[in-house]
Amino acid sequence: MSPDDPARHQEGARRLTPARVLDVDRLLEDPRNRIVVCCGSGGVGKTTTAAALGLRAAERGRKVVVLTIDPARRLAQSMGIDSLDNTPRRVKGVDDSAGGELHAMMLDMKRTFDEIVESHADPDRAAAILGNPFYQSLSAGFAGTQEYMAMEKLGQLRAKDEWDLIVVDTPPSRSALDFLDAPKRLGSFLDGKLIRVLLAPAKVGGRAGMKFLNVGMSMMTGVLGKVLGGPFLKDVQTFVAAMDSMFGGFRTRADATYKLLQASGTAFLVVAAPERDALREAAYFVQRLAAEDMPLAGLVLNRVHGSGADRLSAERALAAAENLEDARIVDQNGGKAGLRSSPGNSPDPHGSSEPADAAHDDSTPDAAPEALDAGAPERSVDALAAGLLRLHAERMHLLAREQRTRDRFTARHPEVAVTEVAALPGDVHDLAGLRDIGARLATGRPELPEPGA
Amino acid sequence: MSRLQVVSGKGGTGKTTVAAALALALATEGKRALLVEVEGRQGIAQLFETEALPYEERKIAVAPGGGEVYALAIDAELALLDYLQMFYKLGSAGRALKKLGAIDFATTIAPGVRDVLLTGKACEAVRRKDKKGRFVYDYVVMDAPPTGRITRFLNVNDEVAGLAKVGPIHNQAQAVMRVLKSRETAVHLVTLLEEMPVQETVDGIAELRTARLPVGRVVVNMVRPQVLDATDLELVRETPRTALARSLSGAGLGGARRGGHAERLVDPLLAQAGEYAERHALEQEQRAVLGELGLPMHELPLLAEGMDLAGLYELATELRKQGIA
Repeated sequence: MSPDDPARHQEGARRLTPARVLDVDRLLEDPRNRIVVCCGSGGVGKTTTAAALGLRAAERGRKVVVLTIDPARRLAQSMGIDSLDNTPRRVKGVDDSAGGELHAMMLDMKRTFDEIVESHADPDRAAAILGNPFYQSLSAGFAGTQEYMAMEKLGQLRAKDEWDLIVVDTPPSRSALDFLDAPKRLGSFLDGKLIRVLLAPAKVGGRAGMKFLNVGMSMMTGVLGKVLGGPFLKDVQTFVAAMDSMFGGFRTRADATYKLLQASGTAFLVVAAPERDALREAAYFVQRLAAEDMPLAGLVLNRVHGSGADRLSAERALAAAENLEDARIVDQNGGKAGLRSSPGNSPDPHGSSEPADAAHDDSTPDAAPEALDAGAPERSVDALAAGLLRLHAERMHLLAREQRTRDRFTARHPEVAVTEVAALPGDVHDLAGLRDIGARLATGRPELPEPGA
Repeated sequence: MSRLQVVSGKGGTGKTTVAAALALALATEGKRALLVEVEGRQGIAQLFETEALPYEERKIAVAPGGGEVYALAIDAELALLDYLQMFYKLGSAGRALKKLGAIDFATTIAPGVRDVLLTGKACEAVRRKDKKGRFVYDYVVMDAPPTGRITRFLNVNDEVAGLAKVGPIHNQAQAVMRVLKSRETAVHLVTLLEEMPVQETVDGIAELRTARLPVGRVVVNMVRPQVLDATDLELVRETPRTALARSLSGAGLGGARRGGHAERLVDPLLAQAGEYAERHALEQEQRAVLGELGLPMHELPLLAEGMDLAGLYELATELRKQGIA
């Protein structure tokens, strides 16, 4: 590609307007920014983005901790965090010449919950809680516990004030918004009316004014007992009684974490891929964050495709490919050409890959050593050129589709700054790969300025 | 053919799309399929380009040959209230429970209860019969939670057994497990030919097998068309750039000389071929990994124009062609 080509320049300009470009480096370097939350639907490269951002910030001089929720094995390995647990471990191999550090940890929700219990109750009480079947199930299984504990962990990390920057990856939720809702839900359960109902039998007899209310409440516990089964309810009641002293704390903590997310040192990044579903979810997220007064920094658009030859349209590439193939058919097979479906019959690039394949079958003997025919190499080159052009046409169709999808998002949310990251053929396996993604994130353009190939 | 078809997959692999295409394929030729959603995402409504689905079975598509696809977005809270109403005649008490947070507690916080309600509703639809004793739905297809959570979601018995040892939730869990662990059920996993989704699929299948849940098929979604074959890829390495430039020039794409239009296309086109080759090799590796699972495998093409209603019918036809329905 030639960067000074005016046509390409124009093309580039068109691609990036009207959306604002997200300045990732400014976000990572500003000492006032203390928390970056990566959110988005599953399968869009959220965890990889969080890790790449953490590495980039560390190599730009900040002391960073990345909190991942459920990293893919290979990604964990890429940060050397194979054996990671609930405490931050320093990542080796990070360029620390700017004075930064990278630490990484993986959330262990049960451990986090256990720690809360242990730090808030005396040993006997803690043991009773940790052994309660309801607690065990709640701490390991409940869909919202992971979200709650992720936020709890974030609050803890922030309170320690050991890190310049905390990058958080959000759990792969049932809905992308769960991590905002679940803490409040769990908090309000653990601190709410129902708890008082469940505790009611133990507290009866205290205040006379509560008596009428308690009749209603024991009816409620009766119904709950019927539905859930008596022993289950008993487990819950024992759990609740043991946890009684801690409840105020839960609500306070949930509220504090929520406020932390709204504070000015926090930035949300919505991560998406240029696909309809992922961007729809992203749009939903943008609206929700606005409604909750959560500070949105911008959109990270992963897996964007580009082309160094984007001035050659899909249509022209296909027409040229057909030219090359037609010429071959006439040259090589003469009258036999009619037996083959003509490439002209199927302008669709995928449908027409078949004639191209058929042509290759024919060309194999030509390429064999005994083919001394001077025209043969020429024809294989034509076949290859046609294949490359079809591949290019497919790429251009993909580009156009991604662009349309992206434009729809931008039209609805022109205020959201965007950075694009190129689609990579494979997964990231090491720090070099994460560093490369970090560089792409900071460029705002899918392709790096220097020739990638 | 199992009557309850559960479709799971890593996020982003298109499990909702595959579930919907499967429902259409199964309904073909006069059958009736119910497509259920359990995560409250309204993915089915978006796919079929209709308004949000209520907690109510309604017809959303007609399959080729006169079959019908019904859809239902199961809502755990409404399912519980429904259930309380049915068994305990709890009209206003239900509302009071809701106000107290008890419904919220039972459906979102009490471990496993939510999953029992969701799977319970799906199993009820599987077993439901009309007055003449025929099954109301020939098939029930569930757009299930992602691979990472599917075993826990389906294995409600284990979850609930330790907690609700007696009572209706316990009984419900037992009944649900009888359906889920039988031949009536098949759990399919959707994946892409990429490292992470394939790894999750392999792990997910191991978990399902450990829990003795019936594993069905592996569906590889969004498979890209083969544009260059092995011969082409070899030629890419061997062909001189100048020859390619001449060829492109001959096809009417400008000058072949240094700096000419055709010549300037050579590098980017070869770069794209290089990316293609790399991805192709990775895809072959992943295909081999999936092959080792020893399960029936199906491949669905990436639709050039993106996913829409027409594409859904296309995928349904493809599934039938491949003998999945």
